[in-house]
Amino acid sequence: MSTVAPPEAGQLTRDQLLEAYRVMRTIREFEERLHTEFATGEIPGFVHLYAGEEAIAAGVCAHLRSDDYVASTHRGHGHAIAKGCDVKAMMAEIYGRHTGLCHGKGGSMHIADLEKGMLGANGIVGGGPPLVCGVGLTARVKQTDQVAVSFTGDGGSNQGTFLESLNLAACWNLPCVFVIEDNGYAESTPPAFHQAGVDVAKRADGFGLPGVEVDGFDFFAVSEAAGEAVRRARSGAGASLLVCKVMRYYGHFEGDQQTYRGPVEVEELRAKRDCLDAFARRVTEAGVLEESDLTEIDAAARALLDEAVEEAKAGPDPSTDEVLSDVYVKY
Amino acid sequence: MAREITYQTAINEALAQEMERDPTVVVFGEDVAGGMEAPGEDDAWGGVLGVTKGLYHKYPGRVLDTPISESAYVGAAAGAAASGLRPVAELMFVDFMGVCLDQIFNQAAKFRYMFGGKAKTPMVIRTMWGAGIRAASQHSQALYPIFTHIPGLKVALPATPYDAKGLLIAAIRDDDPVIFFEHKVLYDTKGDVPEEPYALPFGEANIVREGGDVTVVALGRMVSFAQEAAEALAGEGIDCEIIDPRTTSPLDEDTILESVENTGRLVVVDEASPRCGMASDIAARVAQEAFADLKAAPRMVTAPHTPVPFSPVLEDAYVPTAESIAAAVRETAGSGAPAPA
Repeated sequence: MSTVAPPEAGQLTRDQLLEAYRVMRTIREFEERLHTEFATGEIPGFVHLYAGEEAIAAGVCAHLRSDDYVASTHRGHGHAIAKGCDVKAMMAEIYGRHTGLCHGKGGSMHIADLEKGMLGANGIVGGGPPLVCGVGLTARVKQTDQVAVSFTGDGGSNQGTFLESLNLAACWNLPCVFVIEDNGYAESTPPAFHQAGVDVAKRADGFGLPGVEVDGFDFFAVSEAAGEAVRRARSGAGASLLVCKVMRYYGHFEGDQQTYRGPVEVEELRAKRDCLDAFARRVTEAGVLEESDLTEIDAAARALLDEAVEEAKAGPDPSTDEVLSDVYVKY
Repeated sequence: MAREITYQTAINEALAQEMERDPTVVVFGEDVAGGMEAPGEDDAWGGVLGVTKGLYHKYPGRVLDTPISESAYVGAAAGAAASGLRPVAELMFVDFMGVCLDQIFNQAAKFRYMFGGKAKTPMVIRTMWGAGIRAASQHSQALYPIFTHIPGLKVALPATPYDAKGLLIAAIRDDDPVIFFEHKVLYDTKGDVPEEPYALPFGEANIVREGGDVTVVALGRMVSFAQEAAEALAGEGIDCEIIDPRTTSPLDEDTILESVENTGRLVVVDEASPRCGMASDIAARVAQEAFADLKAAPRMVTAPHTPVPFSPVLEDAYVPTAESIAAAVRETAGSGAPAPA
């Protein structure tokens, strides 16, 4: 395990920085808006928000092509947005509409778009790592240089599927990156209780893979480490583990009373650690972007989400015939 | 041209022919190469019973041993299928489904539906099943009803070498996930199998024997037991029609219902345990759809509601036999309306 020093903001191009900020701001706006809308009771089912963790999805996916794949978690909106899924269709999906990305068949926990390389949010903790081993195998057999990334929470780091997948990826020398988003709680249980032994990044050592831990609030740190892991995978040198330490801003799910958290924990995180604030400070202090570049993106993200929510609310429900469709390709 | 080969050779041949035809077909599982990076790699094992023997050297890079990590590699099959391969993963014994079922029923089976029809998952899981070789409780079960229960999966259970080849080729070419059940006692059985590749359609039952008195539906190893029973019963003047559904999902209900319409009597033989199995499922379907045609209550011949025992005496008592099938047929033929002449 090693730690990675954040690079200077000036090492990325202006376009890359604008895109990174756009992705993070869109995710934040999406999640804050969902938090508000969920409280009205109009959104069915379970919703797990990614707010606070945006730098990870943005920092990792900045290095992926559209033909690379990601497998996500139950907290998957950020990964979907960062991988290029249509924001309006995502919102419509969360409202259960026919116009949703999965025609209302999946919902928040199963948002997917294979054409964008988004292999699905996943309702099963630890469900994703084996899937990306398979994508890695596809790339190997077809001799492409595609890369497959799984996002897994700190809770998922204890699933057998995660540990088995590190081993399988090492045995088969697969072009995979396993990202652990340690967001402070597996539901309500902190890693101090649920992760025994060494730091999770060191678990990679046991499989002969590189394991790196970075500050998950710091886009630049995530991007630097993810860039290295993705390059390694793409070049055929094998898999890596990237552990991002972060804290989520909301509960495990919307409606979670979060009695397990400290009284001012989230307020302090928002005030002192926020990934968007830190990013804005870095790029403006370095003089690479202007304040106005960022406020323009802020406004565009807000407008996009206004439209997304409005269209989702007005969108048509699926026809009840669709209960029966798409179980099989052919039966 | 057909020639006589074993069930095991038929499976090997289907894999080889599909790998030859389609470069996206890959085979992996515990020991399927059977010696990657081992001293004896040149004579790789080809699985615990040699079913995949010879494929490893013939198709380099496409036949892969795995760690004993069913969750990882069965999940990898789902991921590979969703991203452009046609993986054939081997779950050595179906009894091991307990360590990887999530990857089958929550992932592979549901991708297409959850993702609004935007995914396809063309994967096959080949797996060994069934009692009869003293393999005891954790290596002998007939767990196909569990998979049949799950929407999004297809389930095939070949009873003969001919069916094994044709159904496996169909499974590999199928765009949905298929669980392919190979009965371990049948591996050495022989039958006529064409050399050329052919696919047997799913959801089309095989009428193994035509007859007018009692419909006997049997699956897997039970088909040959039903044939044996039918021979004995023919001597008693009871003419059985034997139907092997060949796939339990999709299930060819029409052929079964048409037969019962003619015979009015049904016996379903199932090596699985009795509750929520194929026997109860088929009996219920027939009771609902063909009640007016029935001259007697449908009868089920199944294993008892116990784990599979080890001792040869106990295991033999556990598995349905030609005698127990014949007894059930006599019972149904002799009850209800007068038995046919």
